[in-house]
Amino acid sequence: MEILEEKKNKNKKYKPILDGIPDWPVYRLSKNRKEFVEEVAKKSVERIKQLRPNAKQLISDLEATAYREQNRIKRNRWRVDPKDDSKFWAGVKNELVELSSKNTEEISTGADAILEKIVLRYANEIAGNFKPNSYRVTRELIKFWFQRLLNGARVKKFGAFFRNQYTLRDKIQIVGKVKMLRKLAKEGTVVMVPTHFSNLDSILIGWVIHSCGLPAFIYGAGLNLFNIKIFAYFMNSLGAYKVDRRKKNLPYLETLKMYSNLAIQKGAHSLFFPGGTRSRSGLIEKQLKLGLLSTAIEAQRNLYLENPEGPVRKIFIVPVTLNYNFVLEAPDLIEDYLHVKGQDKYFPEQDKYGSMQLIRFLFKFFTKGSNISVSIGTALDVLGNYIDEDGNSIDNQGRIIDTKDYFISNDNVTTDKQREDEYTRMLSQRIVKEYHRINRVFASHLAAFVAFEMWQKKFPMLDLFSLLRLPEEELELEYTEFRATFKRVRKKIYELKAEEKVRHATHLKGKADEVIKLGVENVGIFHLNRPLLFNKKGNIITRDLTVLYYYHNRLVGYDLESCI
Amino acid sequence: MTSSPASDKPVGVIGAGNFGTVIANILAINRKVILYARDEQMVAAMHLKRESRGHALHPQVEPTNDLALMAAQCDVIFPMVPSLHFRAMMKQLSPHLHPYHILIHGTKGFDITLPKGQTIEGIAKLTREHVKTMSEVIQEESVVVRVGCLAGPNLSKELAQRQPGATVVASHFNEVRQLGKKLLRNDRFQVYENNDIVGVEIAGVLKNIIAIASGALSGLGYGENAKGLLISRGAVEMVYLGRALGGDLKAFLGVAGIGDLVTTCNSPMSRNFTVGYRLAKGEKLVDILADMSEIAEGINTVRIAKKCADHYKVRALITDRLYKVLFEGMTVEEALDFLMRYPLNVDIDFL
Repeated sequence: MEILEEKKNKNKKYKPILDGIPDWPVYRLSKNRKEFVEEVAKKSVERIKQLRPNAKQLISDLEATAYREQNRIKRNRWRVDPKDDSKFWAGVKNELVELSSKNTEEISTGADAILEKIVLRYANEIAGNFKPNSYRVTRELIKFWFQRLLNGARVKKFGAFFRNQYTLRDKIQIVGKVKMLRKLAKEGTVVMVPTHFSNLDSILIGWVIHSCGLPAFIYGAGLNLFNIKIFAYFMNSLGAYKVDRRKKNLPYLETLKMYSNLAIQKGAHSLFFPGGTRSRSGLIEKQLKLGLLSTAIEAQRNLYLENPEGPVRKIFIVPVTLNYNFVLEAPDLIEDYLHVKGQDKYFPEQDKYGSMQLIRFLFKFFTKGSNISVSIGTALDVLGNYIDEDGNSIDNQGRIIDTKDYFISNDNVTTDKQREDEYTRMLSQRIVKEYHRINRVFASHLAAFVAFEMWQKKFPMLDLFSLLRLPEEELELEYTEFRATFKRVRKKIYELKAEEKVRHATHLKGKADEVIKLGVENVGIFHLNRPLLFNKKGNIITRDLTVLYYYHNRLVGYDLESCI
Repeated sequence: MTSSPASDKPVGVIGAGNFGTVIANILAINRKVILYARDEQMVAAMHLKRESRGHALHPQVEPTNDLALMAAQCDVIFPMVPSLHFRAMMKQLSPHLHPYHILIHGTKGFDITLPKGQTIEGIAKLTREHVKTMSEVIQEESVVVRVGCLAGPNLSKELAQRQPGATVVASHFNEVRQLGKKLLRNDRFQVYENNDIVGVEIAGVLKNIIAIASGALSGLGYGENAKGLLISRGAVEMVYLGRALGGDLKAFLGVAGIGDLVTTCNSPMSRNFTVGYRLAKGEKLVDILADMSEIAEGINTVRIAKKCADHYKVRALITDRLYKVLFEGMTVEEALDFLMRYPLNVDIDFL
């Protein structure tokens, strides 16, 4: 298959910004893992006791925690769960029962002891385990095999398997503010916040970070990923800490936030997916989870609070979008989404993709043409102001702002939880806006969008669910009509790009016929039932309208519907 | 948490109009106040006579003509300038502001930014991209994020006479609400809190439309039944429009919504009411405007609200008819006739 090549110069190689792994913040953190976990536990306990000042409130939270944990063990057990889980929580429950017969003094100290025990356990569960050797091995392993696959597949000559004509860099383009990111990672602490569409994102972003010459980041990765052995290996070696979304109790959430908060304060570059889970609908995230995001703001405020005079390490928020032609899990994600949207029911999170499916996908990915691009946005400060090349926050008029001033009340840096909640909300809106701006439109996204919208327009009386129930055989789009609409929408995307409201891949600018062909052939390329195809007459048809809807959603939110 | 009572930094007020002066005097009960006016001669006169717009200045009020000085001395500033000049004022003030500043404005009006050469009537659609509230203007033009607004039934004349009254301080920030309360509250002035700042701002703007209609009913010689009908249906219409523009229902039921609406619809002295009254007496809009010294905010609001209602597909019958009366030559009787015959009779359908 022919691939319209991207600009080559975008894909140059970057030198590491720090020489040896011992200089990396994540390494220092893991070397002192025990002390760090204890510090997290201690400060989390302090925080929880602030939130629940009297013993009665605390005990009611602890009881709820124990109850929910036991319920979780009964209903939703995972392979990664510690073996002694049920024993531990049964013990906690007994201790809580025993407490009720004691006097006030004893109850208070007893409750504190139980809290400390639980929080320490959680902190240990969450903490990552970065091992330099394992990191190096993983990195080389990924690079070696990816390269072999790529060359074996692309260069059709004997012995091509061992050539180095293609590297991963040709397959995955990194565009945007890489230079700035590298510079800022030396001056301050980077918090990277990518969009989340696929389980593969975690590995991909790990490669991106390495490939930009940055030290390993600490990750907030969903614990469910650790159920898949191959992922667990990658994650552990990349410095991931574990986020267990089944646990919604207060002690857990506070410990998790404290972990992130302290790691950022200690200068560990961090990464989390602020959307929480993978986007079910294929839409770019509109609502972010505020919990982990708030830790960046809190960490920055604390740094100012603790160093009233001296220079303070600044925290930089870097939005990143990952752009694919194909999302492995798309059919299941969209099913989930429609299920929930249709009848508002709870659905358990489950991953049907084991190690084998992933390997098969990776093989297909490298042997067939389907590129990925990673778009790195301009860094923001914790209030969402743009950062200039020197790390200064800049306002709309180009004047320099002192970020510290946002935390000042009556000439002093102050702690105001409600104020910071509001700042977190503002930051999350800002990140969502940046996502849309740096999102990179592929031909496949556009083809999916145009086709789905055209079908929707042909059946104006049908709601989404009725539309998706139409038999696929009845759906056919006249090529000339499709082509005209495609060009119209593409023109609108050019306009949006001129206003800096979106970006697009270079290949989008080719001849319309070629771009459409590229798009149709690439959208959801590896699915069993292809979302878009040409039929014998050269018209556009679909084998899976639901999955097409998923890919179409990528371009919702730009008001492109009016051009259909 | 918020500033301590011992803090003796002065508070700034921008705009020495009727309302600005009265608010400066109220603030001066609790703090030293710096009152900014654009006009140098006016400031000189204030210094000399210790009065502004007929209100004697409180001894703690110090007039000034220097925005930079005010911003340097005050962490908390109350902008009280007409919506028409608000953005220009913010552009001047902005270079002197820092993120530690807190701005609480008291302006009831929309800011309109249109593409070059466009008019409200000419543009294809008028959306929230073009129509901004004052708190949004503050955030667009400056680095200040801790923004609040004052709204409510606050007729300057009655406030100046220390008649009982109340206002709402709206802000997303608890810090700002508490501060506003602490600075403004006294034994004759009650202060309520609301966290839906945009809703409160919009309520304060939209009520001017209903005020014109109220004047018109009065001009036709109708009594209290008609007014009750207008106020209740007007409130419903404000809710519809307000929601489309991004406000929350609660703001419209509070002091800044119903409270302000009832006051304005009952005050024959207000400019908006007068416009409606004279229209009903058969005068033409141009003639009415010709002998008014200041523009009635409500007329512009009708134009904006009508265009927005079209875009957001909101049913806004009173606004729509009023638009026809003001700009398309319909008589007040015809408009009223239409409203009385309108078939849809559900009382409340938004709760």
